[in-house]
Amino acid sequence: MMKILSVEFKLHLRQWPFMLFTIGLPVALLLGLGLTVPSMTQLNQSSGERPVDTHMPSAMVLLALLTLGCSVLPAVLAAYREHGVLRRMSTTPVHPARLLVVQLLIYLGVGVVTTALLIGTGTLAFGTPVPRQWAGFVLVFLLGTAALLAMGLVIGALAPNTKTAQGVGSAVMFPLMFVGGVWIPRENMPDVLGAISDFSVAGPITQALRDTWAGHPPQVSHLVVMAAGLALFGGLAARSFRWE
Amino acid sequence: MKIIEVKNLRKRYPDHLAVDDVSFEVAEGEIFGILGPNGAGKTTTVECVAGLRVPDGGTVRVTGLDPRTDRDRLRRVLGMQLQSAALPEKIKVWEAMDLYASFYPDPANWSELLDRVGLAGKREAAFAKLSGGQRQRLSVALALVGRPRVAVLDELTTGLDPQARRDTWELVEQVRESGVTIVLVTHFMEEAERLCDRLAIIDAGKVVATDSPAGLIAQVGAEQRIRFRPSAPVTDDMLLALPEVREVGRSGAQVVVSGTGNLAPVLTLALARHDIVPMDLRIEQATLDDAFLALTGRQFA
Repeated sequence: MMKILSVEFKLHLRQWPFMLFTIGLPVALLLGLGLTVPSMTQLNQSSGERPVDTHMPSAMVLLALLTLGCSVLPAVLAAYREHGVLRRMSTTPVHPARLLVVQLLIYLGVGVVTTALLIGTGTLAFGTPVPRQWAGFVLVFLLGTAALLAMGLVIGALAPNTKTAQGVGSAVMFPLMFVGGVWIPRENMPDVLGAISDFSVAGPITQALRDTWAGHPPQVSHLVVMAAGLALFGGLAARSFRWE
Repeated sequence: MKIIEVKNLRKRYPDHLAVDDVSFEVAEGEIFGILGPNGAGKTTTVECVAGLRVPDGGTVRVTGLDPRTDRDRLRRVLGMQLQSAALPEKIKVWEAMDLYASFYPDPANWSELLDRVGLAGKREAAFAKLSGGQRQRLSVALALVGRPRVAVLDELTTGLDPQARRDTWELVEQVRESGVTIVLVTHFMEEAERLCDRLAIIDAGKVVATDSPAGLIAQVGAEQRIRFRPSAPVTDDMLLALPEVREVGRSGAQVVVSGTGNLAPVLTLALARHDIVPMDLRIEQATLDDAFLALTGRQFA
């Protein structure tokens, strides 16, 4: 298991442009928008905080998780199946499910690193507070990551090849970024969009991250939507996954 | 006990019957060929043997193990090489060997193995940068890294140039000398004839015949044809007097003799007695192609 992890880790390092993009884009956006757009660092009357305080960093965490779940994971999985990597491994005493677990661990690690960088960047550049509800923040992060990676497994399982996986991934990713509040904060969304956002898994992730960032416990409804997403996608992935 | 026993194997896919009724036995230490045209059910057969697919009927035993119930133990005694490339593009040769060695309880020394397949100089190369022949040799090495008793090699030389194909054949013979039983799936007649101790011809999901290559050819009639240009005139009667000769024909200056048994030595001796030298002597023997044609009633394609 450690050997698979170390080899996969090295393989991902060799694809460093993708990893740099996944980790670097959210951090660069937070820093770039925060430094150049004046309203980002001005107190917003409706929310009672600056956008860089909780909205921007939470939305950027979501962006990183969506990149991993919708783009990176499905593409890698589909490529491994297309090239027979999973099938080849199933001729050995080690089940290819191990390779899948290793992938998920690596992406969880990438998510953790990105989030840590976002927290550090916010604190250093804008004096943003670190998440005050630590336990809740970690819980929301783990649950949200699990739900979106499970979604990535479903896309990777159903797509017949790498190209389709990438196409479907993008088609899912952009609407989710929108309803998840990457461009518009939840409080500025019109009612219908807000309602969609609340059931989109992506929306509750951003909202619950913001709540715990600001020191509030996560709302039960947000946790329920995330858990339901995890159960749904996890079940679908388990049913539809093909090793070859 | 035979190292592999397959009885009345049957496997149906949703849209077609891939394997109808396949039975064969493989003895320890031999190179056993599974020969047939594309789509005959060869790959499905060995996938059932390797436990990658669950058959709908029949029994399979590999070193006495049932692939359905002894998945893990089977995978320790059986190494499998798959038809197509099966590694991530960026993985280096040594990393792939090291990784696959870690999957087995008592792996071979992968460094020696790379030497044996002639890839010692390519240890640091990425899989994507290897040539077709190098990839196949790596996949053979991977199939052997767990010290298997049986290695299944599926379409090992498809897509290789003639030189790489010959090198790979030599490698297969070396592997057999090290005591590993080999099941070789192929649709190349020449490959089967050259490498296999015994082989099963499969057509449309059924075993048509199982024998040594020479035995299969003999089964379909051992008639040979000899062409030569005599240095002095010969009469048909002189040749037909030999019991091995069945028919004598002529084509320009050439004499064409058909017959059975030790036709060539008997014929040349008889000519020598009359001080006649057979110039441009050519012996045409039946090949596996002829055997396949005779056994299935259609051309091997």
